[in-house]
Amino acid sequence: MSVSIAKGNTNVKIDTTVMQPTAVNSDKKVVFDTKDLNLWYGDTHALKDINLPIYEKEVTAIIGPSGCGKSTYLKTLNRMVELVPSVRTSGVITYNGREILSKSFKVEELRTRVGMVFQKPNPFPKSIYDNIAYGPKIHGIRNKKIIDEIVEKSLRGAYIWDEVKDRLKENAYGLSGGQQQRLCIARTLAIEPDVILMDEPTSALDPKSTHKIEDLIQELKQDYSIVIVTHNMQQAARISDRTAFFLNGEVVEYDHTDTIFTNPSDMRTEDYISGRFG
Amino acid sequence: MKYVDVTQVQKRMNGRILKNNSFKVLFLLATIFGLIVLGVLIAQVLTDGLSWINWDFISGKLSTDANRAGIMGAILGTFWVMVVVAPVTLIIGIGSAIYLELYAKKGRVQSFIQTNIANLAGVPSIVYGILGLTIFVRALDFGNIVLAGGLTLSLLVLPIVIVAAQEAIRSVPQHLSEASYGMGATKWQTIKNIILPAALPGILTGAILALSRAIGETAPLTVIGIPALLIPFPGGIFDKFTALPMQIYYWTLDSSLVEEYANLAAATIVVLLLLLFILNSTAIIIRNKFQQRY
Repeated sequence: MSVSIAKGNTNVKIDTTVMQPTAVNSDKKVVFDTKDLNLWYGDTHALKDINLPIYEKEVTAIIGPSGCGKSTYLKTLNRMVELVPSVRTSGVITYNGREILSKSFKVEELRTRVGMVFQKPNPFPKSIYDNIAYGPKIHGIRNKKIIDEIVEKSLRGAYIWDEVKDRLKENAYGLSGGQQQRLCIARTLAIEPDVILMDEPTSALDPKSTHKIEDLIQELKQDYSIVIVTHNMQQAARISDRTAFFLNGEVVEYDHTDTIFTNPSDMRTEDYISGRFG
Repeated sequence: MKYVDVTQVQKRMNGRILKNNSFKVLFLLATIFGLIVLGVLIAQVLTDGLSWINWDFISGKLSTDANRAGIMGAILGTFWVMVVVAPVTLIIGIGSAIYLELYAKKGRVQSFIQTNIANLAGVPSIVYGILGLTIFVRALDFGNIVLAGGLTLSLLVLPIVIVAAQEAIRSVPQHLSEASYGMGATKWQTIKNIILPAALPGILTGAILALSRAIGETAPLTVIGIPALLIPFPGGIFDKFTALPMQIYYWTLDSSLVEEYANLAAATIVVLLLLLFILNSTAIIIRNKFQQRY
């Protein structure tokens, strides 16, 4: 159900039949705004003049061939790129209006608000419970009751509670790959972020687990803004609201996912999504 | 025309198999040689010393009379030396390993330090003895007490602990620390909660092996002047002391004067070997028990 308001008209038209996201999205709040971002690894110019607004409570997919800079861009949003010693950036990224690339924005605070799910499921070699409790604990929550509550809420949020509720004290490595990845999503939910970055979260998973994660992403977007890097164009088409196509460190095209996949304006986008290269 | 010709291959086959088998025998002989030497050594020590080991020998005081001599003083000396060596090497060794692996900027200075630590691990132990004599016994004027001996042995095994701890830390997969950083953990929180627990088995194994090396060292202790005199049992780290390998050394030295001293040395060797065996087994048990797959 959607509500659209005709501008310059006192009449309010309520449309209950057709879902037309584009009409609403133009009013959406921008969570991350990237202006003229450049990034170098040593002498390699990995990102070139990136300008990209990311909207609240949407799924934004980033697609492109290997080495196009899509993962690098994602990791710039929570400054994980800084773990690479030789990295340099110029330009501005704002998160809710605050400049994140400056030293005054503490990276620990940024990463508490902007959670991340990695390509390979990477649970800690600890119990399922301790994996989820880790985030709240490092942020200073000591009360056992509150932690119990967060653990349950996060596992429910990632739709894995029913599968693990009787084995919370068991090692997370006993879970299947797909379960481990949902555990990692739950672990991210436990720090109660606004944004979740996902770096090819299903590339190491079988089709069934992939399907579960995709369903989960659809649920999560009610409450979180999600940016997902994916190699799989069908996945981008299935789950995202907007898609950015990266090529050689540049954004070739950024638009609503429907537009990108049905009526791209750049020839290179069309070539890529129709499988002519990449 | 095929390059790999069947008849040629058949012709060469016997020679290849012969070569194959002879190398197998060669490697087997190499292993057996080591085992035989070890077996002879242990048999020799056991025949000389085993009959001399009894409770009086273990718990008794040193004596010039071979029949009344005991090694409790040396056992206590070794114990107190370990009380110094263990914490010093663990704290400084793990601390340096964490700094070098996780904090130091990778570059020329870091690789210079790295190379020198590796070199230090190969410096002969007697050189450390001279260093200990100069610094701890003379310059700091400790005298030849447990503390001086312990610190000297700490210097000797520190490089081993550092290198082992570095390797253990390096083997913790990157994706675990990334997960921690990704949740907003500070570097110290990540080290304390994720990296160190995962690296601990490797660190402990290295540390125990280093300790057993320190327990068996004689040369540095002779250099800092551990007396062969009859001294009271050491009660702490500020007392004069002797240690098990020192006792073996002096008894072997004097076996030309009193024949039974050779048996006493052999008996002490059995005790020392038993101690080392227990320590090394502990290291292996720790390694197997806590070894995790990621």
